[in-house]
Amino acid sequence: MLTKRRYLIEILTAAALIAAPFVLPLLGFAPNTVNRILVWGLFGLGFDILFGFTGLLSFGQSAFYGTGGFVAAYLLTRAGFPNVILALIIGMIAAAATGYLIGLIALRRTGIYFAMITVAIAEVFFFVEFNPLSDFTGGENGLPGVPTPSIDLGFAALHFTTGWSLYQFIAFCYFLGVVIALRIVRSPVGAIFSAIRDNPLRATAVGHNIHGYKLTAFVIAAAYAGFAGGLLGVLQAFMPPDAFMFDTSGQLVMQTAIGGRGTLFGPLVGAAVWLSLQDFLQAALGLGAAWKLVLGVVFVLLVCFLRRGIIGGLVDLYGLLTGQRTAKEPEESEPQPEIGSEIAAAPMPAPHRPDDRPSGPILQAKGLTKRYGGLLANSDIDFTVNHGELRGIIGPNGAGKSTFFKMLTCEVHPTSGSITFEGRDITGMNVTDVCQLGLTKSYQVNQLFAGLTVRENLVIAALSGLRGKFKLDLFRSIESIPGLAERVEHTLALVNLTRRTDTPVAELAYGEKRRLEIGLALATSPSLLLLDEPLAGMSPRERVETVKLLKSISQGRTMIIIDHDMDALFELAERVTVLQEGRVLVEGTPEEIKNNSTVQEAYLGGVHGVLAA
Amino acid sequence: MINWPNFVSQLFNGLALGALLALISSGLTIIYGTLGVLNLAHGAMFMIGGYAGYLTYSYTGSFVLAVIGGSLFVMLLGIAMERIIIRHFYHRPHEDQLLVTFGLGICFVEIIRLAFGSQSQMVPPPAMLQGITSLGFLFYPTYRLAVVGIVAVALGGLFLVLYRTRLGMIVRAGIEDSVMVDSLGINVYRVFMIVFGIGAMAAGFAGIVNAPVVSLTPGVGDDILVQTFVVVVIGGVGSFPGAILGGLIAGEIISITSMFNPGYAYVMLFVAMTLVLVLRPHGLLGTQGRE
Repeated sequence: MLTKRRYLIEILTAAALIAAPFVLPLLGFAPNTVNRILVWGLFGLGFDILFGFTGLLSFGQSAFYGTGGFVAAYLLTRAGFPNVILALIIGMIAAAATGYLIGLIALRRTGIYFAMITVAIAEVFFFVEFNPLSDFTGGENGLPGVPTPSIDLGFAALHFTTGWSLYQFIAFCYFLGVVIALRIVRSPVGAIFSAIRDNPLRATAVGHNIHGYKLTAFVIAAAYAGFAGGLLGVLQAFMPPDAFMFDTSGQLVMQTAIGGRGTLFGPLVGAAVWLSLQDFLQAALGLGAAWKLVLGVVFVLLVCFLRRGIIGGLVDLYGLLTGQRTAKEPEESEPQPEIGSEIAAAPMPAPHRPDDRPSGPILQAKGLTKRYGGLLANSDIDFTVNHGELRGIIGPNGAGKSTFFKMLTCEVHPTSGSITFEGRDITGMNVTDVCQLGLTKSYQVNQLFAGLTVRENLVIAALSGLRGKFKLDLFRSIESIPGLAERVEHTLALVNLTRRTDTPVAELAYGEKRRLEIGLALATSPSLLLLDEPLAGMSPRERVETVKLLKSISQGRTMIIIDHDMDALFELAERVTVLQEGRVLVEGTPEEIKNNSTVQEAYLGGVHGVLAA
Repeated sequence: MINWPNFVSQLFNGLALGALLALISSGLTIIYGTLGVLNLAHGAMFMIGGYAGYLTYSYTGSFVLAVIGGSLFVMLLGIAMERIIIRHFYHRPHEDQLLVTFGLGICFVEIIRLAFGSQSQMVPPPAMLQGITSLGFLFYPTYRLAVVGIVAVALGGLFLVLYRTRLGMIVRAGIEDSVMVDSLGINVYRVFMIVFGIGAMAAGFAGIVNAPVVSLTPGVGDDILVQTFVVVVIGGVGSFPGAILGGLIAGEIISITSMFNPGYAYVMLFVAMTLVLVLRPHGLLGTQGRE
């Protein structure tokens, strides 16, 4: 929605901001209210990147709002700093630096832990502002006398004083904030933010250093908060100590949820609703202190019934009215082009090192053992796969196949033993680094980015191969990355999802999701691909197609496949390893395995005995 | 330098505060552990316990009845809240659960503010616990000593329920794996309702027991909620013993720091939390893998 037409949103925002001083007074908005809404909106832009896009709900934004505000206000009132704009920027930098340090602590945990830690942090800042630092912050008196900005253009000086005059300055800041936020959201980093929100586990597994990106989002939010805090001081000519109060964080969270998270403009809409309702309830209805209760009830109802807030609700309504959502794309059951024929013609993506076609072992595991308490999941497994091989692994349920895979991809660290990949010891490395080296896995249970489209899913996986595990190209358009579009198109063709490119994952049929699961692993361009039960849960027809698909992607690639479908596996694999009770039972060509009596014994259990009796 | 009698009395203050925090945090942590919902309205539950007790007290004049009334009312409120709203959020993301309980907390605070006003209310301690007790080396308010005992009894009761009853066994099993408990044919949702009630009651009970120590205001739960979070992070989410240990640690940190400079109490609390996060990210008594 945010990317359809280039600069459309920017132009609309500019137009709305220019029109506002002419339209809003007619609706009864005082300029001061509009300015306050814009400051909240700017504060919320950063918060929405953190919460709406990256999925990190922080209740501690007041800490950065206050930090930025008080640093700027202190410079301007006590330190005799003359330049308002520069002071605002210094405040912003101070807030961002604080955000970095706090982020290092708060992001050690996720989910509710993160929320609790941010609450505690906000409270600490409040107390520090009031007590130990009251000489600098004025304690409960705040810092009065914050000047308004003026710009000397040489031939003329612009003074922004109060009301609509100050509006020009704040509106310009807001506009800049929107432009920057849109660039961030449309950058590769923005795409990875949504990946972290939807499925942090998979974002890690396709080779992104999500801790670094989360910290980035946290710092961005802190920077926006710091600048908005400074503007608050300018707007009120006074830096109020309640900027640091927990209520500030709470109000920001509520406004964002009311307006709609993940929309960038949600916080602005939420603030407009909040402030005008507050005025209306207090002044027009004479409700006095009860206004907050009404807003609280409105908020609870919105969270219960309108998950995506007012903007999300409007978008859905628009979709309903124009019938976009009803026109579904063709279902899986409709005739599709045969997989295989066209794919075989498609060029394979370049393996990690195309120049030399190495032979010999690509992966070697020695004495691999995994113990969970008293349970021995894997015991002393020796396992070698050569370049270009297609290896199958079979074994009864509970044989330790998935644990074995998890150790190979370093999701789980072995109790003892070592793993060597392309001559490098990867034992003890993490999933992200191993994926960057060219070893990745498709999961037994689909691990997709459920809120995104098929293309966006593949883009996220492809980005890791093209950009490395961490890169701060915040302002780069995602379309401008060389090779990305080709790689995504190619993967789409490989897994036969070209016709479903822009379909949200939630609307895919099971078989399509399964193929996308494989596509995610493929898009990282691995030199060794592990597939954990790629055929699980498929209909016979889907199986036939997927086997064809697997055959075609195995050309020029090393693969290890776990599956229970022995016919399929025997058809695909050159060699098969049989695991049983955490050990390698036997290894050999499909023919050898089929005729091996121990394997028959393992699979058929005591049936032989029963038959013999 | 250090005034020793003052130091010892601060140690006792820390013990009383720590015991209260332990009780409130236990409530929060068993709700989270079982239901997977972090109740941001838990501080409001604490506050409402105080007010419900205050109301009972002003009609009956009995402190014991006030404690019973306050606890029962909050338990019923917790059950109602679970039935009407929370249960629709079990399958929604954590963020939505946080948002809705946060909103409910604000509603509760504002309702109380409307009904009772912002000025503080006092509940006097029962006659037999008024005055001060001599401990030989210092004089200490009797009621505060009693708080430690009362809360210890309540924690003991909670322990018995959790570790010695069938319900407690189900709750502890639910903390480990609620899906499994459900598939064993136990009605998990009924257990959830009861747990929510018990957890809320723990906060409500603490609220009325605390009312004679700190005067009641509608915002009295807000600070407590933040302290409770620190307790839970220090002790480990979902751990009952962790909540008690964390509560006592946090109580002592706040009290002892306040002796030197109250402004640094939160800073020290935060430092302790950071240390735990760095050295033992899952809390002192928490188990790995729980988020």
